[in-house]
Amino acid sequence: MLRIECPHCGARDEAEFSCGGEAHIARPKEPDKLSDAEWADYLYMRTNPKGILAERWCHTFGCRRWFNIERDTVSHEILRVYAMGEPRRESGT
Amino acid sequence: MVDPSLRQSPLATLHLGGREGQPAPEASVHLAERRSVGKINLRADPGDGVLMNAFESVLGYPLPLDPNRTSGDGKRGALRLGPDEWLVTVPGGQENALFGALGTAATAAGGKHVALSDVSDARTILTLAGPRARDVLQKGCGLDLHPRAFQTGHCAGTLLARAAILLHQTGDAPAYDIHVAWSFAAYLWVWLEDAGAEYGVAVGEVE
Amino acid sequence: MKRQRNRLDVGARIDRSRRLRFHFNGKPYEGFAGDTLASALLANGVRVVARSFKYHRPRGIYSAGMEEPNALVQLGGGASSEPNLRATQVELFDGLEAASVNCWPSVNFDIWAFNDRVSGLLPAGFYYKTFMWPKSFWHSYEKVIRKGAGLGTAPEMPDHNIYEKRHQHCDVLVVGGGPAGISAALAAGRSGARVILADEQAELGGALLGNGERIEAASGVDWAMGARAELDGMDEVRVLSRTTAFGYYDHNYVLMVERVNDHLGAPPGTLRQRLWKIRARQVVLATGSIERPMVFADNDRPGVMLAGAARTYINRFGVKPGNRAVLYGNNDHIHQVALDLADAGVRVEAVVDVRAKAVGEAVAAVRERGIEVMAGHAVGGALGKKRLRGVEVLALNEKGDGFAGDIRRLRCDLLCLSGGWTPTVHLFSQSGGKLDYSENQACFLPGEARQAVSVAGAANGVFALKGCLGEGAAAGRSAAGKLGFREVGAPEALPVAQGEAGALMPVWRLPPVSKGERRFVDLHGDVTVSDIELAAREGYSANEHLKRYTSTGMGPDQGRTGNMHALGILADIRGESIPAVGTTTFRPPYTPVPYGVMAGRDVGVLADPVRMTAMHGWHERSGAVFDDVGQWKRPWYFPRTGEGMAAAVRRECIAARSGVAILDASTLGKIDIQGPDAAKFLNRVYTNSWNKLAVGRCRYGLMLGEDGMVMDDGVTSRLAENHYFMTTTSGGAARVMAWLEDWLQCEWPELKVYLTSVTEQWATLSISGPNARRLLSELAEGVDLEADAFPHMVVRSGKVAGIEARISRVSFTGELGYEVSVATSYGLALWQAFQRVGENYDLTPIGTEALHVLRAEKGYIAVGHDTDGSVTPGDLGMDWIVSKKKDFIGRRSLARADTMRTDRKHFVGLLPETRVPEGAQIVAEYKRRPPMKMIGHVTSCYDSAALGRPIALALIAGGRERIGETVTIPLTLQGRVVKAEITSPVFYDPKGERLNG
Repeated sequence: MLRIECPHCGARDEAEFSCGGEAHIARPKEPDKLSDAEWADYLYMRTNPKGILAERWCHTFGCRRWFNIERDTVSHEILRVYAMGEPRRESGT
Repeated sequence: MVDPSLRQSPLATLHLGGREGQPAPEASVHLAERRSVGKINLRADPGDGVLMNAFESVLGYPLPLDPNRTSGDGKRGALRLGPDEWLVTVPGGQENALFGALGTAATAAGGKHVALSDVSDARTILTLAGPRARDVLQKGCGLDLHPRAFQTGHCAGTLLARAAILLHQTGDAPAYDIHVAWSFAAYLWVWLEDAGAEYGVAVGEVE
Repeated sequence: MKRQRNRLDVGARIDRSRRLRFHFNGKPYEGFAGDTLASALLANGVRVVARSFKYHRPRGIYSAGMEEPNALVQLGGGASSEPNLRATQVELFDGLEAASVNCWPSVNFDIWAFNDRVSGLLPAGFYYKTFMWPKSFWHSYEKVIRKGAGLGTAPEMPDHNIYEKRHQHCDVLVVGGGPAGISAALAAGRSGARVILADEQAELGGALLGNGERIEAASGVDWAMGARAELDGMDEVRVLSRTTAFGYYDHNYVLMVERVNDHLGAPPGTLRQRLWKIRARQVVLATGSIERPMVFADNDRPGVMLAGAARTYINRFGVKPGNRAVLYGNNDHIHQVALDLADAGVRVEAVVDVRAKAVGEAVAAVRERGIEVMAGHAVGGALGKKRLRGVEVLALNEKGDGFAGDIRRLRCDLLCLSGGWTPTVHLFSQSGGKLDYSENQACFLPGEARQAVSVAGAANGVFALKGCLGEGAAAGRSAAGKLGFREVGAPEALPVAQGEAGALMPVWRLPPVSKGERRFVDLHGDVTVSDIELAAREGYSANEHLKRYTSTGMGPDQGRTGNMHALGILADIRGESIPAVGTTTFRPPYTPVPYGVMAGRDVGVLADPVRMTAMHGWHERSGAVFDDVGQWKRPWYFPRTGEGMAAAVRRECIAARSGVAILDASTLGKIDIQGPDAAKFLNRVYTNSWNKLAVGRCRYGLMLGEDGMVMDDGVTSRLAENHYFMTTTSGGAARVMAWLEDWLQCEWPELKVYLTSVTEQWATLSISGPNARRLLSELAEGVDLEADAFPHMVVRSGKVAGIEARISRVSFTGELGYEVSVATSYGLALWQAFQRVGENYDLTPIGTEALHVLRAEKGYIAVGHDTDGSVTPGDLGMDWIVSKKKDFIGRRSLARADTMRTDRKHFVGLLPETRVPEGAQIVAEYKRRPPMKMIGHVTSCYDSAALGRPIALALIAGGRERIGETVTIPLTLQGRVVKAEITSPVFYDPKGERLNG
């Protein structure tokens, strides 16, 4: 059970949160201009890295707010918690 | 004004009737329902100082801006639910008046984006107090309730057993208000009585 | 009752004044308070306590702890019976009843022991090879084999004990109450940190309880008792005895089970065990180590025991584990134990030490006592069957990997083994820590940690007492220090006399002395050296393969004593180093955990919350039969006396179509949507347009996933300029709320919209039928209900039965209908008011089943019933609700090649000959035998009172083009085949005239 630092409530057990999968997948501004393949890429394709992943979490049973974290998918270490809308870090920094 | 005697408790199906207020000398936790509390869910931008001042002048206390904090007292107060969300409590029956006053104040302060919802009946409040209250809660709540971590005046949205709750420590006894959704109240009451059984539970008079 | 003939007269941690009676395999015995079942059996001279798993060989007590591979017992009977407990861990209580597992009819005469004689036929992988063919016979084999290979009996009655769970946070969690753990807890506790010390034994002390070592001038046990008193006096320290940390998860989340009153026999109705869910900021693992045996022929005979165990039986339990002993091993410990045995009056025949040069203080002391030390020798085999009668000793060659010289026989009834120590690194490994192999100590040690954890004492390869105390204190101090707690006036190191120790010499296997002999590596699983060699020859030479092929380390003891040998032998065969072979994965739980404690109190009425509406009490009193909708209890139907379900539902449907019916609709999800951008937001999440909805009007909306599939539906009302009120399906309430917040916060933060869930604020009832308006008019005040003033899809506020109410004119039945909502606490009063005035209208309460029939007659979809996440609005024939002029979630997906196929499954009606089950498959061309091409399935099917026949809704490939065709529904399991005609999904009032009533 992860311990996640909610930016609005402090550290809480994973059971209070829901994971929204990979972060920084913006909805295309003009979906009609995309090919089926490009749309499918937005809908379904995720990087699924072994290592550092930026992902969205929602503090469902606390403040109901969404935020981003960077999590190491191998060690489950949470390296960073940051607000929705903040950009991802360049890898290696 | 609607006849308040028509109101019903979410615990009615448990038929607690005869047990309320019965003396329980061995009890080290006290469990009751605090039903007559008006509750308003308020959403607004905490960065809008004019708006915050307007609310303070209506409420008589400022909305708490720090995480997990409350302001006001047990009867009239505000619990911070999130960065732009509060639960404002008043004695039951006064919620309509307060709702109107907050709305008027928001408009006067130029607040274009404020949401007020009367949620007086969306949740009820179970009160749990006594020397073993913390032990009872720790059976189903993953929060750290140690006095170094959670004190009187603190609040938190969290889970207790299988119910979502809003927990508010109201006294050092310790005493807690447990806000729980109407439809989960009977479940949670049964759970609390079960969890408290080893310490002895006194069922309090319903307010 | 027999005398405790092996009991020493004085000393040890037992209370000789408190006699406890118990039964083992039906025979009465007596022990003392402080005994384990194992020590009491040894005291009584009971040698054979079990039969082995595969060969059913007689087995005796082998260890004094959780690593016990042999002495598995079934405790108690009936509901509280528990199988596969280790007798070495079962604390004795008065009236205890235990029996051996895995033997039939008795431990001394076991029919299955013939397996031992035919063991050549039962090599590793035997079951995999033999009973897999012919495949269909496995079920017959299995019954017989299971009886032979049983591991106790699971109780079949409900458990009468109470199990609990508890969350606990702490600054420092110390696991293990031996010298290192105690020292760590003292250091951390004195600094003011919040400390939990968990130890699996009844009292603190760990190895000190059994090894008789001294600290300062006191005995180690006295020191531990003193420490316990000091720890108990600290406000922020909690000592949990009889508590096993069994799982170490992410972010220092550790699960532990506390055996609260097993040692008292766990009387029914009492709290038996408690699951602790610990979140620790720092963890110190002082989990000790487990002694390894030596491997030789017939090394499983009763009387063969780990050296440390023999020492523990003497020092802790006052039991002489034998009368005539030989010790065999590769390190100093056998010499220390030889001295303890001699002191206890055991005749020590010899100490057999594989090291050619056995030196060091303990060795010298043994020699001084006149005990023969056979350096450079090994035990080749054990003699005896149901009890050890002697050993065969041979000299080793110079390299130490084979024998030289003749066999010498020594008489003994006790053989104590020590092959070195295996640090208990399980929890460390579970925490993600790396293990490093130590050649010197021939064991894996904790390496780089991945979480906030440190390891101290024997678990870290520091086996001597002085080192354990020092390292434990340092670990406790450091853990607390990292959190800002400083120990005031740290005491100096405790003085411990420590002799010079000789180095250990690992010997994993020696050649067989004679052909066909059995050298056990895993006593519990009956895995021998030959099995490992065979597995490796057959290609199972990866450690994980070896484990599964031979079942090494897979018993309840998880191979605690034998795994390192299996690894050493495998490395030897492969000609590689042990670290190159590597360990198998350490997974939780560390020791078996009963299901009861996992369930805790989440059983019976507390298994899952039952959500009840405000009107529930009335429904109950009125004899409603309830339907589970998620966690909600909703009335399914309201049978009158003597009425079955079909009749009740039919009556309820007729009432709605011809009179007036009332339904509790409180469970619908309700969301307050407020803000200047609310309409813009609705435009994006619903398929239809919300630009022109006037204040006071309602509109039906359909919500899609971004994949274009229908997700939810409901009616949304505009209450004020910037205030909308959305309803969702009952089952979708929480999901839709989360979904909307997700889009709002993550994708469109610029939209000024606030969402508040008000599902529970409102109790809602719905009335429908031709008389709905007349009924409502008797209760409503200040609202003009006339059709022109209050048309379909309009919302008004007013008072109903004197209660502030919101009234919407909406319908899910196709009849004239209203939904009336009031604050939840008034819900019952509202409902009762309708019942009172409803008497004049024959107002009929209806349940969810009638509602489903009524909506199906109208062809209204039920999301999650007629849709399954693979259905588009087009599939449902609902293109009319899909805006062409705006973007919305899921829109682009509707233009994908796949969603535009014309042969997709369409939502259609069916007129089946008889009622068919929902989910039934539909075929165009029926064949007597599968395969047949499935073209769709039935999504809903009811007996319609209005049509006087069964109707169904279905999803059928190209269905709209097939209207009028007849299809077949083969119900193979029911032995019938049903024909059905495809129709429009709207069976009743296709023009919708009744809505306007």
